[in-house]
Amino acid sequence: MPNSASDGVPCDLAVVGAGPAGLAAAVTAADLGLRVALLDAGERPGGQYYRRPAPALGAARPEVLHHDWAAFASREAALRAHASAGRITHLPLHHVWTVVPAGAELLLHAVAGPEEEAVAVRARAVLLATGAFERNLPFPGWTLPGVIGAGGAQAMLKGGLVLPGRRIVVAGSGPLLLAVAGSLAAAGATVPAVVEAAAYTAYAGRLPALLRNPGKLGEAATYGGALLRHGIRLLTRHAVTEAHGSDRVEAVTVARLDRQWRPVPGTARRVPCDAVAVGHGLVPQLELATGLGCATRLGADGAVALEVDARQRTSVPGVWSAGETGGIGGARLALVEGEIAAHTIAGRAAPAVLVRRRARLRAFAGAMGAAHRPGAGWPGWLREDTEVCRCEEVPAGRIREAVRDLGARDARTVKLLTRAGMGWCQGRMCGPAVAALAGRDPDPDRRPLSCPVPLRRLAELPAEES
Amino acid sequence: MLRGPARSPRDLVGGAPRATYVLRFDGRELPASAGQSIAAALWGAGVLAWRTTRENGAPRGVFCGIGSCHDCLVTVNGRPNRRACLTPARPGDTVTTQEGTGRAELGV
Repeated sequence: MPNSASDGVPCDLAVVGAGPAGLAAAVTAADLGLRVALLDAGERPGGQYYRRPAPALGAARPEVLHHDWAAFASREAALRAHASAGRITHLPLHHVWTVVPAGAELLLHAVAGPEEEAVAVRARAVLLATGAFERNLPFPGWTLPGVIGAGGAQAMLKGGLVLPGRRIVVAGSGPLLLAVAGSLAAAGATVPAVVEAAAYTAYAGRLPALLRNPGKLGEAATYGGALLRHGIRLLTRHAVTEAHGSDRVEAVTVARLDRQWRPVPGTARRVPCDAVAVGHGLVPQLELATGLGCATRLGADGAVALEVDARQRTSVPGVWSAGETGGIGGARLALVEGEIAAHTIAGRAAPAVLVRRRARLRAFAGAMGAAHRPGAGWPGWLREDTEVCRCEEVPAGRIREAVRDLGARDARTVKLLTRAGMGWCQGRMCGPAVAALAGRDPDPDRRPLSCPVPLRRLAELPAEES
Repeated sequence: MLRGPARSPRDLVGGAPRATYVLRFDGRELPASAGQSIAAALWGAGVLAWRTTRENGAPRGVFCGIGSCHDCLVTVNGRPNRRACLTPARPGDTVTTQEGTGRAELGV
């Protein structure tokens, strides 16, 4: 896959991820005269938020599944213009698996396309806009077919125009649930309830952050209107504590929670359904950054995020971050941070309007994260035989035994004793739950390879890098 | 901005696939639309599970939908461990339920 960026000519900036943050950064940096390489795992720009059906599906109005479509469409048009003018090298279907320092520059290694070709890109600066994946807390029956991530349901709907069932319970915590329920219902599903573990009254204690963000209040009103229109019940301070079925989900148990997210005895009831879309917020995707040694912090939502300064710089020289990698905050914040990063990488001061907007949206993100942070009592709905690690099929009882009887004090020791987190997903799905069962906050993700890499590609690396 | 209810996702976005074709799955013939992933084509045909786990032989399909969880691993044209949510479905593909590691022929 020859291109100027991988033929040995270093670009000024390599952006990893073409979601809202990366896309905004790439086009802004090109506007400011930088030569940019934009590497993305997806086939088309947009990331998870602006995921669209493939052109062959012939969607006449994909924008009906999206908010702020114009913000994306204008930047996608700018990307096309910059790409045809040679200012941006867009590299879709490129999975960057590591970034390493190379003298004064940084070297990005990727596998590209279905044949997993090896591609290397050199750049003077790197912007990590790798986004996030979903946080899921386990419950009995969560491995049954038909139980899927809320974000996963949204991705399959936006990308493939398909639903997992006709009667879908949406559960977990966070504002994404409202968007997912609205989309599923608009697409023809029946959503008997949105089951939200937090209480929305938690926002009331953070009124200043809310009042500074009228746009977010408008968004909430839109979601609330969609729920009303589709007759969807919003059950706050409730959780799906069990999914029932043999080959696929047939019903869920919904129970009321106390303030610590402990199920309240005697409140369980059964809700029939043929699918469950569940998610407990998002987790920043950080392995490229932690591999470089970037400093991290624990966010208000209980997830590890990158430490970034006012210019969107990480603690490692030459490495910037924008969007969800610096803490979950949504697409609008990601667009703003991408533009701020581009300005500072180009050696300019970021426009004051962007700086103000970022401060306002970050304040809202903090309020949102604190409101939906999982309560300490959620393991109360686990049974001893509930699988926590989906890949290695490790039940809660084995993890509790490792903690109680074998002295494990953190997720890493639990992993060594039980294999939880050692499977295909490398702990992405079970990591937060295992850390909670070990009585600890999650550690920063450390995975030397951020995606599967064929051994032959590793064997081909020059000796000084491998 | 979401509108009123539609009967299906395709109705919602005014979708008209350029082509439809038959996907072979475990000896069955399923309808698929051009542009869908293997996972979307299977979901569209009402199939939610296409793998059994190594330890318990439990059925699995899509969970995260974005390539992170690896729960949707499947065998496509004899190649095991393809992530169905990331793999485009193509006319003529043969998809088979993957058992265990998907490499039973190695005897390990």
